[in-house]
Amino acid sequence: MNLYVVKRLLLFVPTLLLVTIIVFALMRLIPGDPAYLRLIGADGDAEFTQEQLEDLQAQLGTDKPLVQQYGLWIWDMLRGDLGLSMIHDTPIVDDIKDRLPVTIELTILSLALATLIAVPLGVISAVMQDSPADYASRIIAIAGVAMPNFWLAILIIIFLVNFFGWLAPLRYADLWKDPLTNLQQLIFPAIALGFYNMALIARVTRSAMLEVFREDYIRTARSKGLNERVVIVRHALKNASLPVLTISGWQIGRLLAGTVVIEKIFLVPGVGRLLIDSIFARDFTMIQAIVMIVATMVLLLNLIVDLMYGWIDPRIRYA
Amino acid sequence: MAVYRLDQGEDALSLPSGVRPKPTVWQNLVKFAKDKPLGAVGGAIAILLIIVAIFAPLIAPHNPRITNHEAVLAEPSSEMFLGGDQLGRDVFSRLVYGAQISLLVGIVSVLFGVTIGLAVGLVSGYFGGIVDLGAQRVMDAVMAFPALILALSIMAVMGASIINVIIALSVVFVPGAARTIRSQALSIKEMDYVLAARAIGASDARIMIRHMAPNLVATYIVLATISLGWAIVVEASLSFLGVGVPPSVPTWGGMLTGATKYVETAWWVAVFPGLAIAVVVFAWNLLGDALRDVLDPKLRGAS
Repeated sequence: MNLYVVKRLLLFVPTLLLVTIIVFALMRLIPGDPAYLRLIGADGDAEFTQEQLEDLQAQLGTDKPLVQQYGLWIWDMLRGDLGLSMIHDTPIVDDIKDRLPVTIELTILSLALATLIAVPLGVISAVMQDSPADYASRIIAIAGVAMPNFWLAILIIIFLVNFFGWLAPLRYADLWKDPLTNLQQLIFPAIALGFYNMALIARVTRSAMLEVFREDYIRTARSKGLNERVVIVRHALKNASLPVLTISGWQIGRLLAGTVVIEKIFLVPGVGRLLIDSIFARDFTMIQAIVMIVATMVLLLNLIVDLMYGWIDPRIRYA
Repeated sequence: MAVYRLDQGEDALSLPSGVRPKPTVWQNLVKFAKDKPLGAVGGAIAILLIIVAIFAPLIAPHNPRITNHEAVLAEPSSEMFLGGDQLGRDVFSRLVYGAQISLLVGIVSVLFGVTIGLAVGLVSGYFGGIVDLGAQRVMDAVMAFPALILALSIMAVMGASIINVIIALSVVFVPGAARTIRSQALSIKEMDYVLAARAIGASDARIMIRHMAPNLVATYIVLATISLGWAIVVEASLSFLGVGVPPSVPTWGGMLTGATKYVETAWWVAVFPGLAIAVVVFAWNLLGDALRDVLDPKLRGAS
């Protein structure tokens, strides 16, 4: 157990370092100097002097060698300083603090919804293999994997607008102050975001359950007269949960990325919408910070899933 | 998996025992359609899509770029049978031309991405050791970026154009392909024919290109087919967000931009482009799954 955990943890550090190098290098590919881009303004016609340019370069640190710039960037991030927005000159940390909880809530809500619907769907599908219920759930699963999330979001809006006269909320309620309104507002974005995962998890649950049903211990459990429900839930589902967990873990990144599209359509004030707005505003420091945060979150969550995997399945940690 | 049978012609009888003539392409296709009807349906839709893309100028009844103020949000009719969009352009014609971009971007980026992934995975698996360790860490790091986020940040830096979308998507497909190919290369390099090639003094490059790569072709085809559906979705997402292909070019994703504004009055603007994406992705997924089962069952669960 310890060796597996140590190995996995040791892999995390160099990978995270490489991620920082990629983000840093990518943002240095921008044509033009950041100080120049900032001075020239969003419209690209502001006037400035050579002195102003050099002052700003010194202030931003872009006059220093790349290695030193990289070191400073890492050091600032470690201290929790993500720098200033290139457009608004406000600390990026403040924006992230406002927006990240919304995105995290949306992601967790959609993953929870997806799992709550998908696992029973997959189990029913496997238990009643080749029945109409099985076919229905398989069709949902196959369609769900092929439907782009933004189209589903638009379809949901068509449905809501035409049947319930729905309007996109102007303000999203705070989860802690008004949890009921907040959930009402976020439930539809969460469905649009999580539908793909729901379909995928249902598919994986079904095939994992079918595989487990062929195992000797299921036959043993049945032959000793256990209640079928106990066999399904305690013996089969428990073992089938391993591939399901792996798939959910792999898909976390995709869910986080999906928030960009979903938040834009439903006007949810999260990090995803901040990213796309920053791309249009050419706010490169903000883009850099958000991409870095998302990649770090994905790495951390993958680490957690791997550790859980080792904890659930003894075969992995002793391999 | 059933063995691909040949028909019992006279030619087969005249061959020495134990040697069978290779089945023709057509025989294999018929066999594939019988074994995997869903995969064949997917393949048929995929071929139809390719035909539509190639012959778009002949199929589309209207110019996809010409705006017509009389047909703004026009209802589907015999003249415009999927209706008109917010600028009065024919939705059907734009869908037909959109197929070109979806396929072009999808196929080219998947070919680039999976081919680079093949090279990285092959070299990484063949040499092992420090090369492998380094390459795999880099692939891990690239994988930490969700596909859409990676593509978005590349587009943000490079600007919106078809070439840049292709570059961004190619990068997205490298790590996954590299990882799958590497695991296959690890087992192939222990095969007797690789040892034999090394014994007669073949160079590393020759072993990898002449002896190992041909045995990875099946995996390559499966990876490329399975990735294509995903490429189409990511391209559509980028165009939908307005950072992919420039908005003047008709794309399925781009057609949905702003469609939420017209959901009360003109549902067809929002429904048909999305339906096109879903059907095409669905078809490529079916084809990919079937090809995987036939060509490379070991890959089951790899994607």
